[in-house]
Amino acid sequence: MPRRPRSRPSENFMCGISGILNLGHGAAPSRGELEAMIHALRHRGPDGYGFFVDGPVGLAHARLSIIDLEGGDQPIHNEDGSVQVVFNGEIFNFLELREELEKQGHHFYTRSDTEVIVHLYEEYADDFVHHLVGQFAIALWDTRRQRLLLVRDRAGIRPLYYTLFQGRLYFASELKSLFTQPGMARELDPVALGEVFTFWCPLEPHSMFRDVQALPAGHCISVERGKLQLDRYWDWNFPREQIRNDRSVGEWAEQLRELMIDAVRLRLRSDVPVGAYLSGGLDSSIITSLIHNFTDTSLRTFSIGFEDEEFDESSFQKELVNYLDTDHTHVTCTRNDIGRIFPRVIWHTESTILRTAPAPLMLLSQHVRESGYKVVLTGEGADEVFGGYDIFKEAKIRRFCHRAPNSSLRPQILQRLYPYLKYSPASGGAFGKQFFQQGMEYIDTPFFAHVPRWSTTRRSWKFFSEELKGAVSGKVDFESICPLLPPDIDSWESLNRDQYVENHTLLSGYLLNSQGDRMAMANSIEGRFPFLDHRVMEFAAGIPPHYKIRVLNEKYLLKESMKGLIPESIRRRNKQPYRAPDSQSFFRDGKAIDWVRDLLSEAELRQAGYFNPVAVEKLLKKCATGRVIGFADNMAFVGILSTMLLDKMFVQGYSSDAFT
Amino acid sequence: MSSEEKIRGFILENYLFTDDQSELNNDDSFLDQGILDSTGILEIIFFIEDEFGIKIKDDEMVPDNLDSVNRIVAFIEKKQQ
Repeated sequence: MPRRPRSRPSENFMCGISGILNLGHGAAPSRGELEAMIHALRHRGPDGYGFFVDGPVGLAHARLSIIDLEGGDQPIHNEDGSVQVVFNGEIFNFLELREELEKQGHHFYTRSDTEVIVHLYEEYADDFVHHLVGQFAIALWDTRRQRLLLVRDRAGIRPLYYTLFQGRLYFASELKSLFTQPGMARELDPVALGEVFTFWCPLEPHSMFRDVQALPAGHCISVERGKLQLDRYWDWNFPREQIRNDRSVGEWAEQLRELMIDAVRLRLRSDVPVGAYLSGGLDSSIITSLIHNFTDTSLRTFSIGFEDEEFDESSFQKELVNYLDTDHTHVTCTRNDIGRIFPRVIWHTESTILRTAPAPLMLLSQHVRESGYKVVLTGEGADEVFGGYDIFKEAKIRRFCHRAPNSSLRPQILQRLYPYLKYSPASGGAFGKQFFQQGMEYIDTPFFAHVPRWSTTRRSWKFFSEELKGAVSGKVDFESICPLLPPDIDSWESLNRDQYVENHTLLSGYLLNSQGDRMAMANSIEGRFPFLDHRVMEFAAGIPPHYKIRVLNEKYLLKESMKGLIPESIRRRNKQPYRAPDSQSFFRDGKAIDWVRDLLSEAELRQAGYFNPVAVEKLLKKCATGRVIGFADNMAFVGILSTMLLDKMFVQGYSSDAFT
Repeated sequence: MSSEEKIRGFILENYLFTDDQSELNNDDSFLDQGILDSTGILEIIFFIEDEFGIKIKDDEMVPDNLDSVNRIVAFIEKKQQ
């Protein structure tokens, strides 16, 4: 192992950013405007703010810190102040970068990770980003060139939105920050709604709101002389030539283990103690085991449990806690909890969501905060990077069935797919077979794997009002994903195509955003994702697909690389995706809970205008009976409810407190 | 109410979420038209057993018996004889 410099404390975590740039025809930004914007992000950084205002530009950050900064509340700058930066995120290899930069003659005045950015920019201009191992949303102002640079990390871990309004560019970590500005329109974009109710998220670069864009993952925007330029600097990439067939499983496993140890070690660097989430599944078990086996960090772990057996993984969590001997906190999330906190969840997700799964994570991050922790390591990303999702297996089976469409034996493999669900598409026998044979007309498209999910989600469109139907009709269909796909994707291995589509929809648009960053930041917690270390992502892109899913064994290579490091029972455990009770959380004794009933009343639905009140009423009745509710109805219900909340809180301007 | 009316009512209410009778034809294939997904088929089976007091065997849970209003009506008639 290469020698690592002795760990030194970093000074501040910048956790929220915002800014204004006058493009030429607008007014110069004022401190007051910036204060309003950054104040909306105080949950991300409750320990103080920093401002920089100079001519056409204004930058602000909200700080989550441990040691007080000497010298006031400024953003970070280079030696002569000509480069200023605010950023939300973490640069995990900052110690190595700093050592290198000091050798190149740069002088540092803080001990923060932020400062490497300005010096790297001095060395490499826009290419500085390629040197960063981290998760980040960066705003950099080059005074000499009068140029603003916005950069977002490769996987989309940290958010960044922007809009053009009255001759200025506004940007911020969250939409609520932009919406503090008077006169700025706040309207849900019907096309984005159509996209969420198909793809589970607005397609890049859309946000939920008209005229506001999300900076896509792996992209940067430069603004000079009033002109915006969007560029991509990184993307998931799986060309066949990159796949290495010359290594044994053992060799792959060893290299992967080394990489993961490094990814975890870098993410333990902190002034403050670091905790970890334990879901009971493979991914978080790997992270915590690596911490346990290869570092001196004493483990502090946190997990969520549910009353319903269908969702609860407590017994697996306990097993791991015993194996690791950690200091553990277990939080039970009830249906009542979800029903109660859901408005605040949407206040933070700022998006329509189709599952309640983010909600328990907000409860969890609250406990983390109350336990005195500010940073947690978590296992998101492993399924995307190593082929863990059922959607990948499903696609493999569907392609397998397609090879002999009249075979009656082939579909029986479908029964093996969903052991964890009580009522699953696969249990319908002959109907299950038909379900999986749907979408065969898409067999040659790069999004073939996603057709069943998108078809199911799309059933929600029957709840759209005539107005909304009219606004989306013809504008959103499966092929809408095609402009986002690389030109050579058809030549890739099929699993890699599936991964690409998944990473550009579910991962960045929903999981990392709504479930990851927003739920942790709601309680000022910083999440760190070792599986989304870009070196791991790039390494995994070269793994032959049959080592990712070996026959039907998902994440095969990842599991092989961890043999002996985690309990066998967990290594061999059937995949159980993290889920929470959905529509059931909003009903008690056969009736919708109060705020839900009020929000989904005919009057409210008509006023908001997105959904058909007659259809929603019937859905409410169906959900209230407590009968089996399938995926489609659950998604529709949670999607309708969260959209109405978005409308109430953002479009109509109510606070989330109005619901409690 | 005839069994046809009961079945139509159940489908319109719970899968089409509408009162508009013209949205459902008795010959419409539930799967082809996307009226029911696979979970929906399970719900229909429960409904039929509850409402009409019959028991559906595993090998009877096939599209021929269940995939449209007309087919369900015919199937129920056969079972009740």
